[in-house]
Amino acid sequence: MNKAWQNIRADFPILDQQVNGRPLVYLDNAATSQKPQCVIDALTHYYEHDNANVHRGIHTLSMRATFAYEAARERSAKFLHAAEPGEIVFTAGTTDSINLVANAWGDENLKAGDVILLTEMEHHSNLVPWQLLARRTGAKLRYLPVVAGDSGALDLAQLAKVLTPDVKIFAFTHVSNTLGVINPAAELCAAARRVGALTVVDAAQSAGHMPLDVRAMGCDFLALSGHKMCGPTGVGILYGRKALLDAMPPYRGGGSMISNVEYFESKWAPAPQKFEAGTPNIADVIALARAMDYLDDLGREAIAQHDEKLAAHAYARLAAEIPGIRMLGPAHHRSGVISFDLPGVHAHDVVTMADQEGVALRGGHHCNQPLMRKLGLSSTSRASFYLYNTEEEIERLVQTLQKIQKFFAG
Amino acid sequence: MQDLTDLYQSVILDHNRRPRNYSVLPTANRVGSGNNPMCGDQITVYVKLEGDRIADVSFQGSGCAISKASASLMTVNLKGKTIPEAEAIYADLHKMVTTGKVEDDNMSDLAALAGVYQFPARIKCATLGWHAALNAAKGDEKPATTELPGD
Repeated sequence: MNKAWQNIRADFPILDQQVNGRPLVYLDNAATSQKPQCVIDALTHYYEHDNANVHRGIHTLSMRATFAYEAARERSAKFLHAAEPGEIVFTAGTTDSINLVANAWGDENLKAGDVILLTEMEHHSNLVPWQLLARRTGAKLRYLPVVAGDSGALDLAQLAKVLTPDVKIFAFTHVSNTLGVINPAAELCAAARRVGALTVVDAAQSAGHMPLDVRAMGCDFLALSGHKMCGPTGVGILYGRKALLDAMPPYRGGGSMISNVEYFESKWAPAPQKFEAGTPNIADVIALARAMDYLDDLGREAIAQHDEKLAAHAYARLAAEIPGIRMLGPAHHRSGVISFDLPGVHAHDVVTMADQEGVALRGGHHCNQPLMRKLGLSSTSRASFYLYNTEEEIERLVQTLQKIQKFFAG
Repeated sequence: MQDLTDLYQSVILDHNRRPRNYSVLPTANRVGSGNNPMCGDQITVYVKLEGDRIADVSFQGSGCAISKASASLMTVNLKGKTIPEAEAIYADLHKMVTTGKVEDDNMSDLAALAGVYQFPARIKCATLGWHAALNAAKGDEKPATTELPGD
């Protein structure tokens, strides 16, 4: 590990606090990650020195803001190995990115009888926009199933059966936010390409956690959120192949997205500006680029290894030391998301009690209600790890769950 | 976990472990349902109404210890009450879980829910079953949900 990893917890001021009288153990990273000081500083610096509206301004501050905003686009293209910065659209987050594709591409290209293929493990954000599109166009939804049992893996044996030539678009998550499964994105994209279907990859849970190369993956679109990868809330990215973005109509109309406006019609700016109507989220975009620098200084491969090591350790310890616990998701080769069911104790009771011990978990359906029903559960408890978590914190998690179990056994 | 005994009093833990009237009521003439879309809690309440009196009441569903225990306590406390009496009890309960103030002596075992007010995120858990029951008794077929104005 390089020296960026030394003293990593000191980079995150929020971690240094007591919650309910105990040192905070933050294990809700799949919901949102904490922010390093350099990202907080980037926000502050922008507002203290450079704040101005972008693109049309001629004065110095506006040029500075425009330069930093467009530099962030170049940084993002590099982060994802996109072919050019013009393939990067800044959005409000993963949900916004997926809605953009479902509306701008979907309304133009889908008709009744076409098939939208999803998987059974999608977050509501990669499910509801497609349901709305299906309703608007008469297209049908179809699902690649998850195998029976608790491993949570996609049933790839069914892929050829569901991925037929009537599938026009295949949207799937790279990493499950509920089960920690890492899906074989390149393999799924290649299979879609063979039947002429476009692919949309939900990278919300992977972008800050592992190397991403959109060209090696072979996806047509990829969506991510800044706030889950050490960046600010309210900013995200839609990557789209340039030819596709160029051919798509706009999603929202307004300033910045036009080349010429008449009273009765307008001409659009080229992509990606066509999709960025209105004043963009300048400060957060700039801070997101700083977060990318931070992650790359640590090394995304090293982050992936760190996550996987912690998750494997936690999985093994919980399975061994919490009697009766039901572990969900794969035992190996997983992301840093651990989901479990403590028999007889509802997930919200687990989370409330863990909070009293200073341990931040998440309980519920994780925006994944259909999958929960399939697993026969109404909710699970989830611990999700990130680069600043430690084995000592897993020790606190184990002790806390033991306490909770004892309490409820009465 | 000393502080947590405020929230998870022994009465709550007992009703969570052995919920009372936890069954389908064959003689029910009103059925109400409730759900908390944010956490996935779901409850169905069965009411046998005679005039404006709740002659019998039962429930089934899934939820956390607070929601299950509160629904269980609801069945015990509302059985035999008229609708106005039931509404008065619920008003006291609602005040208790939002302010911590125990209104009067007749709260009896419901006072076990007083600690909920210290955990604002859990107030909705404590009120869901009551909503569903009162809606059913009053003939409101709409499912109770925690995501509408007012608890």
